[in-house]
Amino acid sequence: MLGRLSWAAIPFNEPLPLITAAAIAVVIAAVLFTVTVKGWWPYLWREWLTSVDHKRIGVMYVVLGLVMLLRGFSDAIMMRTQQAIAIGGAPGYLPPDHYDQIFSAHGTIMIFFVAMPLVIGLMNFAVPLQLGVRDVAFPVLNSVSLWLTATGALLINVSLVIGNFARTGWMGYPPLSELAFSPDVGVDYYLWSLQISGLGTLLTGINFVTTILKMRAPGMTYFRMPVFCWTALAANLLIVAAFPVLTATFVMLLLDRYLGMHFFTNDGGGNQMMYVNLFWAWGHPEVYILILPAFGVFSEVVATFSGKGLFSYRSMVWATLGICILSFMVWLHHFFTMGAGANVNAFFGIMSSIIAVPTGVKVFNWLFTMFRGRIVFRTPMLFAVGFIVTFVIGGLTGVLLAVPPADFVLHNSTFLVAHFHNVIIGGVVFGALAGINYWFPKAFGFTLNERLGHASFWCWLIGFYLAFMPLYALGLMGMTRRLEHIPEPSWQPLLLVAEAGAIVIFCGILCQIAQLYVSIRTRQQHRDLTGDPWNGRTLEWSTASPPPAYNYAVLPRVETVDAFWQMKRAGRRAAEHAHEAIEMPRNSPAGFITAFFAVVMGFSLIWQIWWLAILGFLAAATMVLIAGWSTEREYAISAAEVAQMEGGRLEQRA
Amino acid sequence: MINSTAIMLVVVVPVIVATLAFAWWYRASNNHAVRDLDESYEGRVEFVVWSIPALTVILLGGVIWLGSHQLDPRAPIPGKTRPLRVDVVALNWKWLFIYPDHGVAAVNQLTIPAKTPVEFRLTSATVMNSFFVPQLGSQIYTMGGMTTHLNLLADAPGEYAGFSANYSGEGFSWMRFVVKSVPAGDFSGWIEQTREAGSALDDSSYAELAKPSKDVPPVTYRLVEPKLFERIIDQTASGPGNSAVGGAWCPPARQAGG
Amino acid sequence: MTITTTDEGSSPLPFGLLREHGDGPASKRIVVAYGFWIFILSDMVMFSALFAAYAVLSGNSAGGPTAPELFNLHNVFIETMCLLLSSYTCGLGVLSAERRQLMPFFVFTAFTFLLGSAFLIIEAREFAGMIEKGAGPARSAFLSSFFTLVGTHGAHVTAGLIALVYLVVQVIVKGLQAAVLRRLLCWSLFWHALDIVWVGVFTLVYLMGASH
Repeated sequence: MLGRLSWAAIPFNEPLPLITAAAIAVVIAAVLFTVTVKGWWPYLWREWLTSVDHKRIGVMYVVLGLVMLLRGFSDAIMMRTQQAIAIGGAPGYLPPDHYDQIFSAHGTIMIFFVAMPLVIGLMNFAVPLQLGVRDVAFPVLNSVSLWLTATGALLINVSLVIGNFARTGWMGYPPLSELAFSPDVGVDYYLWSLQISGLGTLLTGINFVTTILKMRAPGMTYFRMPVFCWTALAANLLIVAAFPVLTATFVMLLLDRYLGMHFFTNDGGGNQMMYVNLFWAWGHPEVYILILPAFGVFSEVVATFSGKGLFSYRSMVWATLGICILSFMVWLHHFFTMGAGANVNAFFGIMSSIIAVPTGVKVFNWLFTMFRGRIVFRTPMLFAVGFIVTFVIGGLTGVLLAVPPADFVLHNSTFLVAHFHNVIIGGVVFGALAGINYWFPKAFGFTLNERLGHASFWCWLIGFYLAFMPLYALGLMGMTRRLEHIPEPSWQPLLLVAEAGAIVIFCGILCQIAQLYVSIRTRQQHRDLTGDPWNGRTLEWSTASPPPAYNYAVLPRVETVDAFWQMKRAGRRAAEHAHEAIEMPRNSPAGFITAFFAVVMGFSLIWQIWWLAILGFLAAATMVLIAGWSTEREYAISAAEVAQMEGGRLEQRA
Repeated sequence: MINSTAIMLVVVVPVIVATLAFAWWYRASNNHAVRDLDESYEGRVEFVVWSIPALTVILLGGVIWLGSHQLDPRAPIPGKTRPLRVDVVALNWKWLFIYPDHGVAAVNQLTIPAKTPVEFRLTSATVMNSFFVPQLGSQIYTMGGMTTHLNLLADAPGEYAGFSANYSGEGFSWMRFVVKSVPAGDFSGWIEQTREAGSALDDSSYAELAKPSKDVPPVTYRLVEPKLFERIIDQTASGPGNSAVGGAWCPPARQAGG
Repeated sequence: MTITTTDEGSSPLPFGLLREHGDGPASKRIVVAYGFWIFILSDMVMFSALFAAYAVLSGNSAGGPTAPELFNLHNVFIETMCLLLSSYTCGLGVLSAERRQLMPFFVFTAFTFLLGSAFLIIEAREFAGMIEKGAGPARSAFLSSFFTLVGTHGAHVTAGLIALVYLVVQVIVKGLQAAVLRRLLCWSLFWHALDIVWVGVFTLVYLMGASH
């Protein structure tokens, strides 16, 4: 009746997950209670849960990412603490069973439910505005993408309370992830959660490629698009080309686990090396999906806060496209030690170092943008400078790891762990935080508190170095990754420094939370009345803060790159044409409801409650059919209403 | 490794210095700085911007090509003495070392003669692991149902730490072993001693050994079946239900890579 | 949804060319078709991964039944003809729809549905027969990859047939309005794409497998 599910799935005899689960339950209950008592449900449903507005969806993605950051970070600090105290014979406080789940969940959550949502959220918010259009190509699909991603996040969090998570690491290599060696539901939680959210991500990729290539303001040729849109295009092309590979790979592993097939098993002719190849054929483009939009954010931020156009726009574009293509040719560098032979290893090593060329070009271009500029150190610019310094160190160690003989002794060591955290934190996280600080006033109509923004930056920067520089050293000293206890007492001082670093990062996160709180409390004093708080260069700064639902009453006519900058210099005001009626997409519950049933289906599949899984699938499919039925998906905003909204804004600006 | 680091540092250090310098010098409050807010392209700079990374990478490419071939794990190490053959099996969660030409085996302890090339054949009886002795050289994955190859040489006698470098489950942190490199004469003595004193590693004692256990103290055996390595591979590839070593029908052992 | 321009795909140039010179967002028909092409591309990538798995594992029959023993090329030929013919009738159906000729549209679509169903029935019988002989997907890696690759294609065909019924109902209820026509166009792209994948399957799996 209930498949494998029973009361034994709830960890009554394990205090740690139980207390955590209870705490989360209390928080969720408090939130739901407050919302109900204050009567916010109609507003939430109408304005957010069923919204197909890219701006709202972008905000919700970012909120998801930041909330999951708290979960992923708690995993991190638990791991750091265990490694700092479980030295020599000391067992620490986390048995291997828990520790192994924690590091697996940490990686999975950080990549799929923090970094991806943050990056996709920023692209959602900014790209249509920067392109000078009203929304993405497929707004309802956009909502579906968001809620499917949230489904995946929810399922992973459920694994904390009901059952357990995978103990395989975030990559899920077989045969360890096969039924023979992971017979419980952990790997199933991993696979179904990522399959469902992966579908959402794929739909995002299709949406944004279509939007960027087919929907831009009049006059905006390809080489007049903002660089952030170019990096978004490259990232979404990568999503379209890479995510299906992950889908297929996970299908194969699921078939092995559920139907006894032999894709990757030791026996029956399975080939575990094929999983490694397929996984990383997705996995390497994935990291470029994360970093390219971050590069785009920095291109915008450095130009804006240096008061100067981005140096050599064209080579930035070619470098971006070069990285996009090259990212498909390097995947084997994740497993030089699997034994492919010298020629193969050398080829992939050389290709991996070639990617350093366009990346290096970008760094130089940012530097030359700053050169002879007039730099204002708002929070986003601090992150940009911090990023350049930190990222090149990560790039250095990356190129080092691309040399197979070096990798032979550094693979899977904490040197590797330090490298990828170096580029992900220094690149993606800093980029996301810069982007959030940069576009926050546009989204909400008031700026974030500067002092707390600076404080969070310094905590993140110092915390990062404290936490990860020791790991580089430890890797060189022979420490491998994923150790539940530490064999060498001489490593403890460095591990304690790393622990201190984690605590400093925690302070950075606290500063961010404080920043949000204080900014909201003092928002009246920090209203963005002009829509252009940073003296920006791209089109989004020509709209009100926040923009009306339709973004632009009249689509702007674009004549150069940095279109808004040119408009300001030419003294052009916002177009004073006679307003026309605007058609906007209606809200739709399709995304939220489909995702709800996806949760039911996913949970049932994990616990093998077949009848419920079928019901969930049928319900989700029905929702899709219902959503696909209507042909009246738009509503009109009359010319008079538009004029009124625009008029109000002109008064506000004056 | 040091060459590559040096090459990269030559580029990275000036970049970091330049970043901090530009950020400081061109700050808005600096009245001495020359500003040029309209400049956004300069051909000569462009040329340099592409050349520096390109040249660096060309240099690195050479290092990579040469290094990958010189330090290929599969390449036999030239030496005056005949290489010693050792077969390695990763179990849950310990290491089994088989000396097929000498009739002995050991768990979590690898005794080898110094200054002698050692030719390893490696496999796993369970999940993917990685055999790694950092002080001696490269690591290599060990995978079920297939063979990987590694060649190492200990220059001097001594004790070296070894471990698994690929997470393999609950007992992973205990998969440590010791490599004892001894003078050549002592090595043959050790072989003799082990063959006489060690308990037999036959089908049933292997089946016992293969059961999950961690933190296993070193132990030595007298090897009953010289083709134990091949039989373990066949057994792993034929299925978890087949617990007898060398079950009747088995697909041929597979080679990894190449 | 976005600002609609005056031409609903009636531009004299191949769709999209005018837009590249920056004339504002493309029309809905272009945007929808383009997006659907990108989706089909992504589906092709997924199939390539399955083909790659098949290529790697096709020789690993773990001592069990092999391709030459199992494949009945006669049935595969009939299946293939059914599917290819269904693409032809699908094309005729879409042309009729564009010309607003309802009766021919229904007739051609019915044939498409029947031929697609015939394909599925033959494939289902092939699978059942193999499983009965002990050559099911859990027997060996070769069979796992065979069933998954061919079965995924079959699942797409099934989904396509269900979607076809759904769209025909839409045509009956709503008539051939622009939105419905767009969806039919997308459906036909999907159907033709499945044909292309099948050509790959037919060649790489059946013809090459049977000749070993």
